[in-house]
Amino acid sequence: MTAQVPTRKKPRLAVWKFSSCDGCQLTLLDCEDELLAVAGAVEIAYFLEATRARIDGPYDVSLVEGSVTTAEEKERILDVRRQSGVLIAIGACATAGGIQALKNFTSVDGLIRAVYAHPEYIATLSTSTPIRDHVKVDFELRGCPISKAQLLEVVSALLNGRKPALVNAGLCLECKRKGIVCVMVAGGEPCLGPVTQAGCGSVCPASGRGCFGCFGPKEGPNAPALSRRLTELGLERSAIRDLYRGFSGSAEAFREESKAHD
Amino acid sequence: MPDMDAKASGAAVVLGVDGLDALVGLLVAGGYRTIGPRVEEGAVVYGPVRGVADLPAGYVDEQAPGSYHLTRKKDGKALFDWTVGPHSWKRYLYPPEQLLFRAERRGGGFSVLPAAEEESPLAFIGVRPCELAAIAVHDRVFSGSGVVDPGYAGRRDGAFLVAVNCTRAGGTCFCPATGTGPRARTGFDLALTEIEDGKRHLFVVETGSERGAALLAGLKAPPADGALLATVTRLTRKAAKAMVRDVPKDTPQVLKRNLDSPRWDDVAARCLGCANCTLVCPTCFCATVEDTTDLSGGVAERWRRWDSCFTSDFSYIHGGVIRREIRSRYRQWLTHKLATWSDQFGVGGCTGCGRCITWCPVGIDITEEARAIRAGEGRAGEGRR
Repeated sequence: MTAQVPTRKKPRLAVWKFSSCDGCQLTLLDCEDELLAVAGAVEIAYFLEATRARIDGPYDVSLVEGSVTTAEEKERILDVRRQSGVLIAIGACATAGGIQALKNFTSVDGLIRAVYAHPEYIATLSTSTPIRDHVKVDFELRGCPISKAQLLEVVSALLNGRKPALVNAGLCLECKRKGIVCVMVAGGEPCLGPVTQAGCGSVCPASGRGCFGCFGPKEGPNAPALSRRLTELGLERSAIRDLYRGFSGSAEAFREESKAHD
Repeated sequence: MPDMDAKASGAAVVLGVDGLDALVGLLVAGGYRTIGPRVEEGAVVYGPVRGVADLPAGYVDEQAPGSYHLTRKKDGKALFDWTVGPHSWKRYLYPPEQLLFRAERRGGGFSVLPAAEEESPLAFIGVRPCELAAIAVHDRVFSGSGVVDPGYAGRRDGAFLVAVNCTRAGGTCFCPATGTGPRARTGFDLALTEIEDGKRHLFVVETGSERGAALLAGLKAPPADGALLATVTRLTRKAAKAMVRDVPKDTPQVLKRNLDSPRWDDVAARCLGCANCTLVCPTCFCATVEDTTDLSGGVAERWRRWDSCFTSDFSYIHGGVIRREIRSRYRQWLTHKLATWSDQFGVGGCTGCGRCITWCPVGIDITEEARAIRAGEGRAGEGRR
């Protein structure tokens, strides 16, 4: 069977960094086997982690890493949005505020004084917030770091004009498809998998460890029910609070559940 | 309770542990992919086995709602003293991820290529009676209504099933209530009953098919005497008596007339909506179909992946998600499994294996929920539809 298929042009790609560790951008470079295919399929116009060469916007696709934690970033994200066709937030920082969003739960002034010898040099907002709080985001890739497979899937879907095949269901779906034995039921390990979005490849449970929720809440999570079970497994109230308050701890469902255990 | 005694065809024979090893060896030599129980990640799972040495000798499972614990008996020799683990045979007959077809860009067009041919036929070692029942359910689902799933049918037709009767009750299973065990009555090529009492370790082998008989003929096994057959009956009956959970016969009617029971709200507050119950269930078969492409746009693939009525995407149709709350998803699952399934397929959807109880991270018990809904009858107006 044959049919005519249209040809396509190379989209212009930019990769932006806000408050983050660069790990998600590195996932793009980590593509290894697929890296040449990526470089061949898109025009990498702005990606400082990979090259100093830069081509001015506008850009067809922007990948945005990091959260907004400074006044300068608040302005810069508006500029990135203006220059971008499709804007994809990548990683726990860009989609939930990241680990630096721990400051959302406490006094920033106190933190600055505790950490820096010269607090007077530090200019920061009182919160760390995801990109969606500032501009329209077309798509989000969760995780700390993001999954290479999901990044390739979303880029591939964009290039081919189709919907990305990514799930918003819980991690248990992924563990069970892979045949991983449940670390909570069989091992008594505290695991956030039942309330966390799938997509990482069940990295932690595959290594015998509980999920620590870096992909953020799944669609319709029932965190209070999980917390009751975690209590039965022997977790202290503060340990439950800290478990939710991790890399995606400022995402709503995790934030509220951690606050309920303050 | 139905009669649990087997009416297998042909005379039963006796094999020692060496004989069982030789039986697996014959299947391997016959070109089968032999899959059986193995201990991995602290549980009995189903994977490749090449002989008796790969089987979980001395292991016993302790199961309770939301809890599974595997221990090894000191000097334990029994190979099948565990019951069922997190895997079921659907992993092999109905794989979690299956390529349906592949398309490749060629010149100005594209060609559709069928998925790769199936590998060599499967042989399952240690299929529990409840699992035979589950396979029979899938036979109806995938080929019973005149619409045949070719992938399933191909794998299923060639599969050789070595069943093993249960002489020990699991902590959560209830096959007497569903009439599916603990002794296999049909649907196997060979059925084993393990007898290991310190003095002797042997297997009484019943034959359920011609190819089962043909394979057994190669082993020159002596016939089982009346005393051994009586022991098989005694051990399986003992296991049946040890199972306490019940699913009364009128459960379908009870569930259907209690769609607004307040119990649905109660269970929704406890249910994680995580889908584990459906994924470990040996009869649940819901799937999603996903299309993928490579970066170059030169190759497209269509995959079928296990899905669940507990995900929002599962009930997404034009305009939105139908089942937005855990309450409606749980109700859908329980009423389908225990009530409307038999309307649809002419056979019950639950085979009493207990996996959904054990592997529910918060230990929700399907039989307890059904019982509570019955107990709450008359208070239906308090719930919401």
